[in-house]
Amino acid sequence: MNEWLTIFGMMLVTFGVRYPVLALVGKIPLPDPIFRSLKYVPPAVLTAIIVPEILLTDGRIDLAFNNAPLFAGILAGLVAWRSKNLLLTIVLGMLALWGWTWLIS
Amino acid sequence: MQLTNIEPTRRGEFWAGAKATIPLIVGAIPFGIIFGALAVRSGFSPAGAAGMSFFVFAGSSQFIATSLAAGGATTLFIVLTTFVVNLRHALYSATLGPYVKHLPQRWLLPLGFWLTDESFVVAVQRYRAEDSSPYKHWFFLGSAVFMYANWNLCTWIGIFTGQAIPPEWGLEFAMVVTFIGMLVPLIIGRPTLVAVFVAGVTAVLANNLPNRLGLLVAAMLGILAGVLAERFFGEPDNE
Repeated sequence: MNEWLTIFGMMLVTFGVRYPVLALVGKIPLPDPIFRSLKYVPPAVLTAIIVPEILLTDGRIDLAFNNAPLFAGILAGLVAWRSKNLLLTIVLGMLALWGWTWLIS
Repeated sequence: MQLTNIEPTRRGEFWAGAKATIPLIVGAIPFGIIFGALAVRSGFSPAGAAGMSFFVFAGSSQFIATSLAAGGATTLFIVLTTFVVNLRHALYSATLGPYVKHLPQRWLLPLGFWLTDESFVVAVQRYRAEDSSPYKHWFFLGSAVFMYANWNLCTWIGIFTGQAIPPEWGLEFAMVVTFIGMLVPLIIGRPTLVAVFVAGVTAVLANNLPNRLGLLVAAMLGILAGVLAERFFGEPDNE
């Protein structure tokens, strides 16, 4: 690996994904069904990031009691649902992770 | 997220955007510090670690790049993986594009560079708010500038102090709980619930695909499921 070549390449592909679509999509009219489907982008992407992080340990489904991220994640979800307060969700989610880790240790 | 009573001026929108992003910044702080620490531990020079946050600015792909680098991956493989992991930003850009089409290039270039998961979620909610403020791109800018400044600052903190943080604190989990807090309020109506369910199941089943391709497959299937469910159940209630 060449360090700066790697960083330069990462910059090119990341900007190359973000900018052209942003600049062009408004100018080329999107078909209505595609435009309407875009409202599912944020929930679908966030879920696809979150679920493997909390449900999998070393690539396997882990429902055991000592999977602290799973229980902290479920608690964070409940807090977010009841309170709709992002900061509270983050704080209680992290406290739950540490509390659960401490309990099972 | 406070999106009402925003003063419809450039300054009012900019600061409202920054303010709406504060909780997301709190979640990004430990993530940025850990990135700085891990990058140095994985063989990047301090300048390279700082440079990656400055020039690439894409948190999860930066993490993946450092773990690949630690495992001895080639430049080409790291760049290709970054491309796949960041393809989701094309979906974000496609969502925001219609709202920013009137803006000149001097706006589109920086907003494109600064587009992240966090600023996307904040900006799209602002654009979808009922009021007709002509300066909503200043809200987007305020969110993006603060995310960027914070990410770079935290990377530096991580480079210089991160070795002192014990890994068992699990600080990287802060990003997961932040995303949970962003996700839950978005789940309104049965079509969205179906989209989330399908995306979650697919993400687990496709987790072993190379280059984190499973993320993209899961997102695409989730979106498709949402669209099909909308035909079946009708429009979500929030529209």
